[in-house]
Amino acid sequence: MKDAYQLVVIGAGPAGMAAAQAAASRGIEVAVVDEQSQPGGQIYRNVDSSPLASIDWLGEDYRFGKTQVQAFRHAPIDYFPETSVWYLDSSRELGLLHQGEHRRLSADAIVIAGGAQERPVPIPGWQLPGVMTAGGGQILLKSAALVPRQPPVLAGSGPLLLLLASQYLRAGIEIRAIVDTTPRQNRWRALRHLPRALGAADYLFKGLKMILAIRRARVPWYSGAVGLQARGDERLASLRFDSGGRSHEIDTELLLLHQGVMPALQMADAAGCESDWHEQQQCWQPRLDDWGASSQAGIYIVGDGAGIGGARAAGLGGRITGLQVAFEAGRIDQATRDRLARPLINARQRHLAIRPFLDTYYRVDTSVLASEPAALVCRCEEISVAQIEAAADLGASGPNQVKAFTRCGMGPCQGRFCGASVEQILARRRAVGVGEIGRFSARPPLKPITLGQLATSEEQQV
Amino acid sequence: MSLNTINQYDTIVVGGGLVGAAIALGIARRGQRVAVLDGGDRDYRASRGNFGLVWVQGKGADYAPYARWSGIAARHWEAFALELLDASGIDVGLEQTGGYDFCLDQDEWDARAREMAQVAQHTGGEFEYQMLDNAELKQRIPQVSDEVLGASFSTRDGHVNPLFLLHALHRRLRGIGAGLFAAQPVTSITPGSGRFALRTDSCVYQCERVVLCAGLGNQRLGEMLNMHVPLHPLRGQLLITERVPRFLPCATLQVRQTVEGTLQIGDSHEDVGYDESVTLDVIARLAARAVRIFPHLRGVHLQRAWGALRVMTADGLPVYQRADDHPGAYLVSCHSGVTLAALHAGPVADWICGDDPHPLINDFSAARFDVSTPRQ
Amino acid sequence: MFRRLDNSAPGLIEISLDGEAMQVPAGISLAAALLYLDAIPVRRTKIGAAPRAPFCMMGICFECMVEIDGQGSQRACQREVFPGMQVSRRLDDGKPESGR
Repeated sequence: MKDAYQLVVIGAGPAGMAAAQAAASRGIEVAVVDEQSQPGGQIYRNVDSSPLASIDWLGEDYRFGKTQVQAFRHAPIDYFPETSVWYLDSSRELGLLHQGEHRRLSADAIVIAGGAQERPVPIPGWQLPGVMTAGGGQILLKSAALVPRQPPVLAGSGPLLLLLASQYLRAGIEIRAIVDTTPRQNRWRALRHLPRALGAADYLFKGLKMILAIRRARVPWYSGAVGLQARGDERLASLRFDSGGRSHEIDTELLLLHQGVMPALQMADAAGCESDWHEQQQCWQPRLDDWGASSQAGIYIVGDGAGIGGARAAGLGGRITGLQVAFEAGRIDQATRDRLARPLINARQRHLAIRPFLDTYYRVDTSVLASEPAALVCRCEEISVAQIEAAADLGASGPNQVKAFTRCGMGPCQGRFCGASVEQILARRRAVGVGEIGRFSARPPLKPITLGQLATSEEQQV
Repeated sequence: MSLNTINQYDTIVVGGGLVGAAIALGIARRGQRVAVLDGGDRDYRASRGNFGLVWVQGKGADYAPYARWSGIAARHWEAFALELLDASGIDVGLEQTGGYDFCLDQDEWDARAREMAQVAQHTGGEFEYQMLDNAELKQRIPQVSDEVLGASFSTRDGHVNPLFLLHALHRRLRGIGAGLFAAQPVTSITPGSGRFALRTDSCVYQCERVVLCAGLGNQRLGEMLNMHVPLHPLRGQLLITERVPRFLPCATLQVRQTVEGTLQIGDSHEDVGYDESVTLDVIARLAARAVRIFPHLRGVHLQRAWGALRVMTADGLPVYQRADDHPGAYLVSCHSGVTLAALHAGPVADWICGDDPHPLINDFSAARFDVSTPRQ
Repeated sequence: MFRRLDNSAPGLIEISLDGEAMQVPAGISLAAALLYLDAIPVRRTKIGAAPRAPFCMMGICFECMVEIDGQGSQRACQREVFPGMQVSRRLDDGKPESGR
């Protein structure tokens, strides 16, 4: 690993791989760092190193990733797997942990392609063993060929939940129930966006196929579910909820929860990039220009970490940004950049045509997020909704003051699974939009590092 | 633009950090109607960066009144902590079993020994300390490495959880009926015939007495009342680790173990202007120093690093100033909001309420910044 | 809680969990292996001693922290199993749990 690169790409998912290749193929010296041992990010996880006998039944979208990953492996790029970024600042200095060793790196340009994370779903009991995210279930399937031993319950709302259900069914796994929290009124509101969505009819078609497969398998499907509670003592035993005007309790040892995904913003925050609240997507997104450039010079953000758009849009966006990096470095002129980018921009627009429909159809009903007083907001520090509400009522000026008073967000996950909930609670208490509330400020380390690892780099410099 | 006018408070304290909240508490205890105007969620908040030390050793080696003032502050802490626990239900985690400041080389040791002797002299022997060598240190803290030459130890030192302290003060203020308004940064103060008008974005507060405790903001606000107090930021970066099994018997200046078991490692002293960000260099340096002192911490994970701006006067001493031109206006500034908390809630608040000042208060007036007056 | 799909890659390796030898599929993360073994909970919280197990599988929830080869607070989902890996769950006040 050199000390400095023209371009450092953080993340080897579809967007990161694409940005790296687009820049490298125009002569830019590129390093890609990624935490995992194989490229592909979450969506293409293990796509060319699968433990499954065949990946065909995981769907053609997943298979598409295989060519991407294989092209990436052959590109003229310095690729560093098992490398985490624990420090990043606006001057584009990076602190890395590379196979257990602390390394420093500086870059003329950085592309942050860290992807998305799931929205936290703080129902009572969500911290019990046996409750996992739907994404976690998918990772177990793709990277370890592991499937539930007992029929699982899938609860929440969103395309990923349906995708996982259809994949389990194709693998011969029985699903105990789908507890669908999608608000009924979303269906009518989403109709408005249907004409535009028809511009990405293939997505609609795939979605319908998944729903049909689930229906055909006669999986019990509870709609308009509210009041979810995960119950159990040392581990999950059942899920209680209300649907169709009745209370239900379903015994299960595995609950896979999902309420959509949102951009993972820790790195963007650490680099000082501005972000804005997007009401339609109900999440924060970094403020970017058409080329993916953030509010910080030399720092770009691509993929789902820039805004949820799916893998195809991520790859196209990565290529567009890679071209911009090449242009900024003087490798191609503006006319060439624009000519090459135009078809990519158009293709990306087409893939994004489905978003307004999906965002509206699966829009989370925030009034049910973090609303049960006994539910845990902060899993790491074991802090409840009630405690956060008390801090809010004490006059905490915002999420950071709530953190100072309650320790919420000070644990190892550094606010990833509680920040959104704290924002919702404050917004509700103050009767304002989340955009007015603000967010936790991000601080290093972005990923774990020990004092000894930090000290070694210092000791080496002496 | 029509602003709400609020005039039911006789005293407004500008700034709800450790200094402002403690002073407001002292005023409220006297039965007076007081409100605190606190800044925004992302404002510079020195209180959030406080290490939490109740620290006497080394203070005032160059200025006897500060040595005495700090000593008195430390003696009042235990009762203050109990009062807060009783009134707010929050235990601020006071541990006052002494404190160590490690010396890693001979020059450090020599300078420290001189400093300690000075403070003892200034306090007429009140300040008690020991200079310990490596062997003596290892008897008290076995995990100390061979690289540590020794340490100074003072019996009155200790630590609290500074965020719990702030939380307790805020809760106590609410409980006692004081006003506490968040996100109300003061933009201007207009004095006039025994009254003051304080403007925020949404309100005008009318009062008879105003106390400026706005940290770095005090300089600008002070000028509005013809008080000249030059202040500058001094950044301190801090590291917090995961929880580790308890091994530190008491506070040290380089590493302290919190009630939760996490380690706080600090801190730096950087002149970088209004920049709160953390830097890789300093984080690595602080970590290296920590494992140099305690090698068994090598495998411990860093959980969080942050920086905050200390509020510094040129001489590092506190400021307790009553405005010459506007009786009823006060300015309080210090960088030891934890150590001095009990005195801020006590004699300083009493002085602001009109009592004769504690004799030491006059030793910290802003007159020393007036270049036309020779320094003491 | 989880089982291996029938026709997936063969090959089991041996790791040590709390002093006991265990057979787990090769090439998977330790968190996946613990779920495969139903070695639940994988840790207890420091404050309430509450039972916890892997949650997100992608390294950001920090629920799957165990001791690996003497090093504490390791995210099990970020480490691939290898023959002879020594894993210790901290289930009882920081002392390793003996037996499952």
